Amino acid sequence: MSEANQNTQEFETAASASEAVAEFEDNRRGVLGKLQHLLHVNPSFVPLIVLVGAIVIFGLLLGSKFFSPFAMTLILQQVQIVGIVAAAQSLVILTAGIDLSVGAIMVFSSVIMGQFTFRYGIPVPIAVMCGLAMGTLIGALNGWLVSRVKLPPFIVTLGMWQIVLATNFLYSANETIRSQDIEANAPFLQFFGTKFSIGGATFTVGVIFMLVLIFVLAYALKHTAWGRHVYAVGDDPEAAELSGVNVHKTLMSVYMLSGLICAFAGWALIGRIGSVSPTSGQLANIESITAVVIGGISLFGGRGSILGSLFGALIVGVFTLGLRLLGADAQWTFLLIGLLIIAAVAVDQWIRKVSG
Amino acid sequence: MSDTTPVVQGRGIVKRYGHVTAIDHSDFELRQGEILAVIGDNGAGKSSIVKAICGATIPDEGEILIEGEKVNFSSPIDARNMGIEIVYQQLAMSPALSIADNMFMGREIRKQGFMGKYMRQLDRPAMEKFAREKLTELGLMTVQSINQAVETLSGGQRQGVAVARAAAFATKFIIMDEPTAALGVKESRKVLELIQDVRARGIPIILISHNMPHVFEVADRIHVHRLGKRLCTIDPKDYTMSDAVAFMTGAKEPPKEDAA
Repeated sequence: MSEANQNTQEFETAASASEAVAEFEDNRRGVLGKLQHLLHVNPSFVPLIVLVGAIVIFGLLLGSKFFSPFAMTLILQQVQIVGIVAAAQSLVILTAGIDLSVGAIMVFSSVIMGQFTFRYGIPVPIAVMCGLAMGTLIGALNGWLVSRVKLPPFIVTLGMWQIVLATNFLYSANETIRSQDIEANAPFLQFFGTKFSIGGATFTVGVIFMLVLIFVLAYALKHTAWGRHVYAVGDDPEAAELSGVNVHKTLMSVYMLSGLICAFAGWALIGRIGSVSPTSGQLANIESITAVVIGGISLFGGRGSILGSLFGALIVGVFTLGLRLLGADAQWTFLLIGLLIIAAVAVDQWIRKVSG
Repeated sequence: MSDTTPVVQGRGIVKRYGHVTAIDHSDFELRQGEILAVIGDNGAGKSSIVKAICGATIPDEGEILIEGEKVNFSSPIDARNMGIEIVYQQLAMSPALSIADNMFMGREIRKQGFMGKYMRQLDRPAMEKFAREKLTELGLMTVQSINQAVETLSGGQRQGVAVARAAAFATKFIIMDEPTAALGVKESRKVLELIQDVRARGIPIILISHNMPHVFEVADRIHVHRLGKRLCTIDPKDYTMSDAVAFMTGAKEPPKEDAA
């Protein structure tokens, strides 16, 4: 025991020599370190800066042609579908998952709403609810496969994408319901396309829905226990489980909510394009992932803010419209977006180094 | 409940996995206000017995009494609801979330009134205040802010937060699984002091550790686990570390008078 005591003594002196074991070394950081810390705390800061910068640059180059209430709200209308789907995608990516089936769920839900109304003569509100229920159901299936069967989200949703899309074509018999028919017989299906103007700005119900949805989700993620659990599950599911978080319930809620939001996007899609087309929205999954990544949400889960996804979607919208008004080849837009994606992930990796 | 009632008493606990008997009619006892170290060779089943006590595994036979009352936990959450806290080796924290968020993970406080009831808003100020108080009590408030992400803390600080979380919510006892295993010398020292601080508050602790100097320094009694059962319980003042290792590995017969 005497040896142990002596060891203890040595430990004791070593410990008292550095009382500051638990001190935060803040003075070590320079300007760059402070920036890194700021971004660590506010991950949606980068896309916001890029968004404001892009608006200013295109505004300077194009003048009032771009910098007008009309053009600005036109961008909102153009990104509304991607914005809504990106909200769903953000939730899933925050849990360290990915949802490749978002576009398919969206289109299939819109087809259900249309076909239930026109093929079976079901009252429109009920047909809409059936579409929303179908989206939620597919989301639940995704969630169950991910959470209970423990399959990788990428594989589950890759499969679900094909299954839902094929079902969509088989069920709809590749048939489009024309805009005029919907307008005459079931205008409620186009509800999200309802326009109203404030000054020169034109808004649609879909745009308002996108904004409200993002703000509600931002609130829920930051200020409710559910939101904290979503982050914890994405960060480290085992640690979350040990802390008493119901990981299964959290994952199910996220995938079901994602499916429901995609179904709403399907409804908004009818408002946007007027018709119900089983071939529309094919790029929604890739576009939503682009918006989420540019928006600074980490593909590794647990990090980022849903507001970032809105900024990400808007950045793509601003580049698309701005470059088109400048008369540039559309390929320049894709090239720039490709650069932004890589830059965004590089910034994400850099921010994560804070923990090192 | 008198002061002599053991906090935990396990009698004849058995757990089998197929042909393997992980716990073989083992007894277990944790007394009021003590630090009980559980030592044993790899595979002796010391984690199994502790898991049985906290509800992580359900024993096939035997009974567990907490403060004299028989309990049947079906998960660690049941144990937690009774005031039993566990500090895991892998810490069970979400690195990207703040200290306050982590302390309240899974048992968040909601605001009073409309915002809490219908908007389900968290009561951040109350949670932060509580977290700050608990960290201060244990002398850990050298961290810059209660809102900083856990990943910006050092290993020792993280372990400190984990111990503070357990101490804040434990009303019965705390189980610590290798709390110093991943830490350096200075940080281990800090955590051992924390463990003693927690005992000084009257909360008994079950300490699972491989580190003999640490065990001999803080433990009041040592439970030696061998071949799936309690071999003996020894007082660290009466035996040396090499004795303990000899009991653990079977190189030496256990003392008759203390044998269980």
